Amino acid sequence: MSTAISGRATSGPATAPMAPGRGAARRSGWLIYLVLIFFALLYIYPFVIQVGTAFKTNEDATANPLNPIPQTWTLNAFRALGQVDFPLWFANSVIVTLCVTLGRVFFDSLAGYALARLHFRGRAAVTGAIVAILAVPGVVLLIPKYLVLVQLGLYNNYGGLIIPLLADAAGVFIMRQFFLSIPAEIEEAARVDGASVFRTFWSVVLPMARPALITLTILSFQGSWNELAHFIVAAQDPDLNTLTKGTAVLVSGQLGSGAQFPLKMAAALLMTIPVAVVFFIFQRYFVRGATAGAVKG
Amino acid sequence: MPIETPTTSAVAAEALSKRSRGGSRGNPLRHGESRAGWLFVSPALLILLVFFLLPVLAALWVSVSNWTGKGSPLRADFVGLRNYSTLLVKPGLAQKDLATSLRNNLYYVLLVVPLQTVLALTLALSVNRRRLLGKGFFRTAFYFPSVTSSVAISIVFLFLFNAVGVVNAFLAWFGIHGPNWFADPRGVLHLLLGALGMDTNDPPAWLVDHRFMGLTWWDWLSGPSVAMCAIIFLAIWTTAGTFMLMFLAALQDVPDDVIEAASVDGANSWQTLRKVILPSLRPTMYLVITLGLIGTWQVFDQIYVMSKGDPSKTTLTPAYLSYQTSFISGKWGQGAAIAFILFVIIVIFSLIQRFVMRDRTTLPRRRRIATWEGSKR
Repeated sequence: MSTAISGRATSGPATAPMAPGRGAARRSGWLIYLVLIFFALLYIYPFVIQVGTAFKTNEDATANPLNPIPQTWTLNAFRALGQVDFPLWFANSVIVTLCVTLGRVFFDSLAGYALARLHFRGRAAVTGAIVAILAVPGVVLLIPKYLVLVQLGLYNNYGGLIIPLLADAAGVFIMRQFFLSIPAEIEEAARVDGASVFRTFWSVVLPMARPALITLTILSFQGSWNELAHFIVAAQDPDLNTLTKGTAVLVSGQLGSGAQFPLKMAAALLMTIPVAVVFFIFQRYFVRGATAGAVKG
Repeated sequence: MPIETPTTSAVAAEALSKRSRGGSRGNPLRHGESRAGWLFVSPALLILLVFFLLPVLAALWVSVSNWTGKGSPLRADFVGLRNYSTLLVKPGLAQKDLATSLRNNLYYVLLVVPLQTVLALTLALSVNRRRLLGKGFFRTAFYFPSVTSSVAISIVFLFLFNAVGVVNAFLAWFGIHGPNWFADPRGVLHLLLGALGMDTNDPPAWLVDHRFMGLTWWDWLSGPSVAMCAIIFLAIWTTAGTFMLMFLAALQDVPDDVIEAASVDGANSWQTLRKVILPSLRPTMYLVITLGLIGTWQVFDQIYVMSKGDPSKTTLTPAYLSYQTSFISGKWGQGAAIAFILFVIIVIFSLIQRFVMRDRTTLPRRRRIATWEGSKR
């Protein structure tokens, strides 16, 4: 301890003892860049290949898998997708994602606010229940969800695709944590001025919660756009296929054995683009969501 | 960023609300809050109860019934633990399939969790350098797969790893003839033993004669199949980015002067990493491994898209088996029972992990000094 401080005091101003350390830092600096570039290639190249292959012919895709640049550019893959209900799946995904995102943002923040700020009997029990639900592994719910959907007459319709996803425990929890972290004075002032609870929530609290709302919007958008398991158990009708389910069935069914890779890549590409666009615009919120999503466990 | 550091303010808010609760009856501000509170939580609560809690209860019932998927499950007969015993004890196909799926998933967990944690930590430590060119670029590159759909990623990997795909074309540069990944059921450990000179077509009798849950010891020791390895690569590649972000957030909380002090003390970068940085990452490490365990025991999407359990059931996982048993074979009771067995396994693994990673109360002496020094400044 004492040696640390005295060592620092003497060696601080003198540059000579520091020099070897810096040299080592620089050497390991190069190493770090090498490691990073290696991994960056490993992470980016599959996407480059995905984009390139989508514009290839079938023969080109299997003959030159490593080269992402098509020998002859073609839109055949995308045209073929037009013939397999792909546009319908896309539309279904858009409908479901829009409803789910709006629902989650509204219901999760309402509930989160109530759990953080409003005093009512049973609040602790409700909070406990939500934490308990957070701990249930999703896959365990596949069969039971189907049972409940059938009993409620929600199987095989848009209601079944959307309603069960309209609120999620993680989102409620994130919003609760956020509301706990901001001071209550402003809303209390509004309440003193005679605003109702909902009024205060709507015009005073929500505007303050913008960053959390954006994070939640993005998490919900990404979650529902990428969801697969729920759509598999919630409907059977091919007209209700979303992008993920439709494509999954297409790839493993009709095309399972065939090697129509450009078609598959085109489907994967079109599925990725909306998330990618949102990701690059709101990157900062994605990062925040990932760390906030830590409560998901 | 308010969401990332809620703890201190949360405590403050909790204290504040406790103080005000004392006078809540007379406080006009609290008037009507009880009704509003229930009104606010009820939509979310209703959805969660109906689609999470109720299903769990329903499935618990179905797992002890003989429901065949037709009519109301409530009218099915109670069969006790028969579904569970068919799966766990009674010799037969159901037991063997469950054992196979557990074996496959166990190897998957044992490989994916450590490797993705190490990769995430490596990436985080590399990206965390203060003067790093293109920091944002690298972070984005590593994180991007985590936000894209599992279906899209699975499709890309089907192409990368197909017999004449990218990976094999790359291996061919080095004169390696790559396997036909998704059609190759051979276990990696068996292959390894074969390479060491063991005759894998005629394994030792004591390994073949003993069985556990209908599977010979030799079969348990197969290791992940070549096909499963491709899925393992996919899982590590996709999830490392999310965990990297968690490590990055934690690394930002390690004070620079603690690290500096260590290097002034003469610690080299490896010692600094081991004695100073890693101990301060402990809570995050715990979180990452917990989330990793929970996630890896639930592989479903990738199996559904890429393999449906093939080849020779070597990529079958309990999650997929549960789906297949119910939705395709119509044995709903058994399928639900598999889901609960999986649930118990996840709980057991979490408990084991909690025990292994429990906090040792006595810190090594040097570490105590380092943290004390850090907090003092």
